[in-house]
Amino acid sequence: MSQKVLPDNLQAAIELQAVPVSVSPLKGAKTFQRGQLKRIFRRRATVIGGLIVLLVVITALISLVWTPHPPGEQDLTRSLLPPFWSQGADSSFPLGTDLNGRDLLSRIMVGAQATLFVGIASVLVGGVLGLVLGLVAGYFGGWREAVIMRLVDVQLSLPGVLLAIAILAAVGKGLLNVVLVLGFVSWVQYARIVRGSTLAVKNQEYILGARAIGATDRRIIRRHVFPNILPALMVVATINVSSNILAESALSYLGVGVSLATVTWGGMLNEGKSLFELAWWNAVWPGLAILIVVFGINLLGDGLTETRSNNGNG
Amino acid sequence: MKKLILQRLWQSLLVLFAVSLLSFVLIFLSGDPVATLIPLNARQEDIDNIRHQYNLDQPFFIQYFLFLGKAFTGNMGESFRYHTDALGLVLSHLPNTFLLAIVSLVFSVLVSLPLGILAARFKGRGVDFVASLFALTAISMPSFWLGVILILVFAGALHWFPASGAGGWQNLVLPTLTVSAFSIGLLIRLIRRAVAETLQQQYVTTARSKGLSEGRIAWVHVLRNSAIPVVTVLGLQFGALLGGSAVVETVFAWPGVGWLMVQSIEARDLPVIRAAVLILAIFIVLINLLVDITYSLLDPRIKPGVKA
Repeated sequence: MSQKVLPDNLQAAIELQAVPVSVSPLKGAKTFQRGQLKRIFRRRATVIGGLIVLLVVITALISLVWTPHPPGEQDLTRSLLPPFWSQGADSSFPLGTDLNGRDLLSRIMVGAQATLFVGIASVLVGGVLGLVLGLVAGYFGGWREAVIMRLVDVQLSLPGVLLAIAILAAVGKGLLNVVLVLGFVSWVQYARIVRGSTLAVKNQEYILGARAIGATDRRIIRRHVFPNILPALMVVATINVSSNILAESALSYLGVGVSLATVTWGGMLNEGKSLFELAWWNAVWPGLAILIVVFGINLLGDGLTETRSNNGNG
Repeated sequence: MKKLILQRLWQSLLVLFAVSLLSFVLIFLSGDPVATLIPLNARQEDIDNIRHQYNLDQPFFIQYFLFLGKAFTGNMGESFRYHTDALGLVLSHLPNTFLLAIVSLVFSVLVSLPLGILAARFKGRGVDFVASLFALTAISMPSFWLGVILILVFAGALHWFPASGAGGWQNLVLPTLTVSAFSIGLLIRLIRRAVAETLQQQYVTTARSKGLSEGRIAWVHVLRNSAIPVVTVLGLQFGALLGGSAVVETVFAWPGVGWLMVQSIEARDLPVIRAAVLILAIFIVLINLLVDITYSLLDPRIKPGVKA
């Protein structure tokens, strides 16, 4: 007898909590997402941007297992070979070679790895930092909000690149340092968006309902607040990937970014800048690669932004 | 108005305090600062002497307040490289940075204003497509790379403009184009969106139905109301131009503060790096302050202390 009563009670308790807490808002959220997906595919900007990004991702993946030549293979007898259409070109080095005779096509392919890594990892660092601080500020308010928003004001007054150069000049270069510094420099943007969205959903009825049946703050944030601010966060994150890629290339070009042992497009430009009058292709290809990937991501971001704003208050 | 200015002044002071703390900590992030001052085979006695001379044997906060006190009197230390006053060195490079930033900003506005308005007025048509594509390309380009390409074409192949240095107006042309590209792209996108939104407002329809000319509608009704977001971004862009000057100034060896900073980083000349960061930050904070005040002049609805 008693064995049967207990599960029933539990079941009822779970249902009580589940009905207002998860079913109604989450069901709404799902249909909203499904409709959104259709609209995304209808937008040409999103599709073209997405294809460009996909192409770069595939290039980076291929370069993990195969490149036309080993990217670090030096051979001074084939130093500064021109691209394939010029006189004196070697067709097995279609984009030409650098001063040390390394194949530029292979290096561009491998460079996509570090570029994507820096872009995505730094956004994760900044995003998580901004998400946590923004949630705390928006959800709890009070002195926590005051302190965090003052920090936001301080950092917004400082240009990110200047800050990044200064910090990297002090702590030294390296892939991980660049990721951490770019993440640290960009958390404010997420914190502001997250705080704003949290304030907007905080007093919705379903959250009051969840609180009324005794859901903890952690549960409310995880199940109700977070899913609602995720779309806005994704748009900012997408655009931030491209600005962080640009920032990384500038830092590496200045020589305070990623060390030359790791192949990055910014680093290739740094090496190519001293000989661009002699061999222009050394300076042109890496910049073109950056332009293409950043263009693709920005186009994708534009498409996502418009899809969101066409959705009304979504 | 007075309240707003006071509130923003207080906020600016807070920012400057944070910047001073940051620029002070920088020297510690790079490891033991004494190591950069002495030869490798120095005796322990000499090391202790230098430590004492630069107050490095004092507790952290005492050191910070000593630094702050000196900074207030304009003493930012001596350049390791030139053995001259670090602050004076930075200030002597400031006019070049300002010249480039101001010329670029004016050029950006002159190019992006007509293009942005045209794109908004003919939204969805050919002009809009070309302007939008141009803007997107401009903001997707690494600025230093554009600089390198411009040097390659206009200095290398055509010999129209010098590739580097400062001097006559010819020296200013290529750096201005390079610095402006990003701002132009950003401003076209912003102006296009702001103007397109304003064009849909009812007061524009009313103005049209009154029979006002398109030119008058554009100047009196649309531009003034689209100005707020544009002025904000202009201010932020000016700050970004100062902060980002390091990159483009290095490409063209333009002797501004950014160029000086990169040179000092290569030489590990920490007092100059610190002075450059602090001076640039002070100007950026001042500009932000001015933008906020301009803001409330343009839109009297913006009041201090009123939370949205």
